[in-house]
Amino acid sequence: MMTAMLAIRRLAPLLWLGPAIALIGVVVLWPVVVMVQSSFQRIGGEGFVVGYNGTANYDNLFHEPDFVSVLLRTLVWVVVIVAVTVLISLGLAQLFHQRFPGRRVTRWALIIPWAASVMMTALIFKWALDPNVGAINVILHHIGVVKQLGSDQADWLGNPGSALAWMMGVAIFVSLPFTTYAILSGLQGIPADVYEAASIDGATSWRSYLAVTLPLLRPAILVATLINVINVFNSFPIIWEMTRGGPGYETATSTIYMVELKQGDVGQSASMSVINFLLVIVIVLVYLSTTRWKEQVDQ
Amino acid sequence: MITTTKPAPRVRAAASAAPRVRRPLRTWIVAVAAYLVAIIFLLPYLEMLIMAGRPNDELGDPTILPKHFTFSNFTTLWSGSGLGGSIGTSLQIAAGATVIVLLVALPAAYCTARRRFRGRTAFLLLVLATQMFQPAAMLVGIQREFSNFGIPPTLSLIVINAGFNLAFAVWILNAFFSSIPVELEEASMVDGLGRVGALLRITLPLAAPGIVTALIFTFISAWNEFLVALTLSLGQQPSQQPLTVAINQYIGEYSVDWGHLFAAGLVATVPVIILFAFIERRVVSGLTAGAVK
Repeated sequence: MMTAMLAIRRLAPLLWLGPAIALIGVVVLWPVVVMVQSSFQRIGGEGFVVGYNGTANYDNLFHEPDFVSVLLRTLVWVVVIVAVTVLISLGLAQLFHQRFPGRRVTRWALIIPWAASVMMTALIFKWALDPNVGAINVILHHIGVVKQLGSDQADWLGNPGSALAWMMGVAIFVSLPFTTYAILSGLQGIPADVYEAASIDGATSWRSYLAVTLPLLRPAILVATLINVINVFNSFPIIWEMTRGGPGYETATSTIYMVELKQGDVGQSASMSVINFLLVIVIVLVYLSTTRWKEQVDQ
Repeated sequence: MITTTKPAPRVRAAASAAPRVRRPLRTWIVAVAAYLVAIIFLLPYLEMLIMAGRPNDELGDPTILPKHFTFSNFTTLWSGSGLGGSIGTSLQIAAGATVIVLLVALPAAYCTARRRFRGRTAFLLLVLATQMFQPAAMLVGIQREFSNFGIPPTLSLIVINAGFNLAFAVWILNAFFSSIPVELEEASMVDGLGRVGALLRITLPLAAPGIVTALIFTFISAWNEFLVALTLSLGQQPSQQPLTVAINQYIGEYSVDWGHLFAAGLVATVPVIILFAFIERRVVSGLTAGAVK
């Protein structure tokens, strides 16, 4: 009798957690199994499995002429966007941490790119960069940067280099709100007397920022950085809407490349997915080991 | 307005009266800088409004502002292409995902906040890990799983969006439940409310801000989701596709119907921006709760 009741007490949490575990299983874990399985299969155009394919999908993928350049581009894409985003956000957070009339309204303006769908933001910039009538080009023409509307120079998205630069700009633009807010909440957690102590010690505001604020912001910056790395690594709508990864694959990151491959060869696309997924796992492990999530859970 | 509200003992300020004069000026410099930043963040979406109201015959003019403003893009949006149907599909997906997330996350968050049991840490780790995985990383697996079972796209998208937003809801609700004292529940149980009564009448109302945040956040991210929606609803009638996908019907191979595109974009964007303003302050804590206190 006692043991039976004890067993029921032990299993009770499963009743509360069961639905969540089931949902994670169906949506997150099982797709991983299907994906790994597909990466070893030959899959026809209609999605039917033709047969086991050994490691042929991977071999073919590694021999794709664009494979290495796509991975390198993804690395540059992630590092540049996250680094610039965090740097600008540190400044913006400092600005919006000050007291001034209308602060609440300006903070609302700041969240718009975060709340709006990234796809729409990408389309606005695609329009604004239109070589003939786009707003950004019209302004650049007025101030003399763009010599001639409709020229090759005005066709920013037609040239891989300038297209990537503009798309990185859009990615930074949509990443700024969350990052700024994360750092702002870190700033709000720093007690005022820390600054008073620093100012009595004669520290200038810049010195006290480097010596006091920045170290105390470390946890907030760390988490914001890692969440951004995951988001930017998986980012899809910006490149999809603005260049489709083209010309060729010259502006494609690994996620775009995977989606493009899916239209031709599902098996090979699955093997690209697996590689993407392994890269995410590495990032997640770094995330879990650098953040002290366990202390938070155990308290 | 004065920068510091607390009368802090300022050592250097006592030396001269100059800082008193300078402080309001500094505040205004800060304010102007912040207004400029706010305008920069607003401009692209203002451009969307300008474009949506631009008459078609002025689309080729290289000017920032149109000579006339028209609402015809908004009124013709509803005929033919079936934008109303897409809004309905998106509403179903976003609302369905939100309901599932709440039903699943509430018990899980309550249980992990109130009890210590074996497997609790492992469960929270699993949830934290799913926050780090996005559908893009396992797109092929998701597509093959849901299409092999022949599940209709809308239902698939409800379940998938629920799964990928679960982590946020569990973490923010866990934080709210942890902050409500157990004694409050125990006292109300003594007062004759049962365990369930205490949960419904005391705990849930106190956690309401967290619940609202989880609700709005899930709704918005399901509403805005693009990649899985694009993959699963490919080849369907535009009226049955979610809004983010259906908007792309205005992009033709050789020309883009920018007027309708941006009118539809405004319809898709403005409601979620307003919703987001309600939860603005609490979203960050939900996204980072797993890692920092």
